Amino acid sequence: MLHRLTVSELVDQLGRRQVSAREALESCLGQIGRIDGQLKAFLSHDPADAMAQADAADRDLAAGVTHAEKPLLGVPIALKDVLCHRGQPLNCGSKILGNFISPYNATVVEKLQAAGAVVFGRLNMDEFAMGSSTENSAFFTTRNPWDITRIPGGSSGGSAAAVAANEAFATLGSDTGGSIRQPAALCGCVGLKPTYGRVSRYGLVAFASSLDQIGPFTKSTRDAALITRTISGHDPRDSTSLNEPVPDYLAGLNGDLRGLRLGLAKEFMVGGLDPEVRDAVDAAVKKLQELGATIEEVSLPHSEHAVATYYIIATAEASANLARFDGVRYGARVAGADPTEMYERTRGAGFGAEVKRRIILGTYVLSSGYYDAYYLRAQKVRTLIRQDFLEAFKKVDAIVSPTTPTAAFKLGEKTQDPLQMYLSDIFTISCNLAGISGLSLPCGFTREPKLPIGLQLLGQPLGESTLFRIAHAYEQATPWHRDVAPLG
Amino acid sequence: MAANDFDIHYVADLARLQLTPEEEQRLGSQLGNILGYVEQLRTVDVSGVEPTSHAFPLVNVTRPDVARPGIPQEEALQNAPLKSNGLFIVPKIVE
Repeated sequence: MLHRLTVSELVDQLGRRQVSAREALESCLGQIGRIDGQLKAFLSHDPADAMAQADAADRDLAAGVTHAEKPLLGVPIALKDVLCHRGQPLNCGSKILGNFISPYNATVVEKLQAAGAVVFGRLNMDEFAMGSSTENSAFFTTRNPWDITRIPGGSSGGSAAAVAANEAFATLGSDTGGSIRQPAALCGCVGLKPTYGRVSRYGLVAFASSLDQIGPFTKSTRDAALITRTISGHDPRDSTSLNEPVPDYLAGLNGDLRGLRLGLAKEFMVGGLDPEVRDAVDAAVKKLQELGATIEEVSLPHSEHAVATYYIIATAEASANLARFDGVRYGARVAGADPTEMYERTRGAGFGAEVKRRIILGTYVLSSGYYDAYYLRAQKVRTLIRQDFLEAFKKVDAIVSPTTPTAAFKLGEKTQDPLQMYLSDIFTISCNLAGISGLSLPCGFTREPKLPIGLQLLGQPLGESTLFRIAHAYEQATPWHRDVAPLG
Repeated sequence: MAANDFDIHYVADLARLQLTPEEEQRLGSQLGNILGYVEQLRTVDVSGVEPTSHAFPLVNVTRPDVARPGIPQEEALQNAPLKSNGLFIVPKIVE
């Protein structure tokens, strides 16, 4: 059952030479072989390339390299199909990239490999990270490992499902409006959206540049802290990356929450919340109090407008970012008599329905005569949303809420109504608009069927240490993270 | 803000995006709903509020003016849909 270990447990066994990096990778490949036909988390993977990395890690281990020097030496970690991995395919879950092969590595891939990780695989996602169920992938839909008739969440559905089903020890995803935290909650793993600028976006295909962040999916909070420590830091190749020191996120994981002030946002515990989700979050809040935290109510009055604000700002930025997919320099091309016809045909044939919907919406809200009414107004509401959080963080160290209003929904349940799909991100979206940090971790299950429920912790800008401290203490005191999915 | 004057054909043209008549019809009605939903932002008092384009605006981010290797020509062209003589081939632009 090697594939069921956490990263920290695997590192321990690799360090003692009880297992080899090759065996660790083989355990993942074996699990993929057994279940991915049903789960469909991976778009592709390159076993030969991964095995060469694992053998190199084993040579390092044999030569006496320690995990103090390379903290992830020999640990297989898989990537969402939106991150560049040199020599490997990159499709962003879309047809428009054709047979694209990444010519360079994302900074996060360089950092993982420098830490000794075995980086492998292309994980399924909603096309260009636009969606909340992975049903917008141009290739196929990933299933939830707890119930394959249900969605894994999205857009990083493949990344969440692969970790929950133990196909990889950890994965990376990206989060623009909840695309890490929402699938982490629905699949029952830990997912972190770091503070905007904490992790370099170099080599991440842009969706909405002012909102996108890369973050980890893991089986434990300790693992999330370890991987976040590895991938964070200033990068001269990303002009929005913050030049701030990276703390040792593992240092504060002591199980003690005394002196910590937690906020409950009254706006987050209202309408549309499933009763079982509400009960699980209420129970989690009580547990956090038992562990020493104090709870007080805070108010985020503008959060009710977060979804509307998001779908203007994110689509506006997406319409600009996706202009580069024109069939000229890379990807698929549909010929035309002149360049304009070529662009129109290429984009018409290459993009799926949701991407087209968002490009049209984004183009409209930026177009002459509508810019002030939509885009500029949304940017001002964004200021108010951010101010609400900064005001709340004067009183509390972190804010507690559900990650999602319901557990995983059925395949096809929301595909005909885009607005209903957008509203499934109602608790996660304001975090990206405010640029703050957010983490989801398991806090229980629904009864019938048994599906994971996620607790969201929202932290101050660069407040990741506090989030890890809270999540770790909660995890130590509760059993949820130890349950294994039927496909795990 | 007037969702009712939404001309999907015009916007698709701006976005250089070819849509089938069925897509225009379906997207048009879905976008009508979404634009109706975002109308709520009109109720927010934004007088005197500065817009936020980035949560942490950094200005004048520069690096030392030192030449660095770029992506080699061969690799830059490796994903080209059509190439010749080390160039991307596109339809004629100037008559």
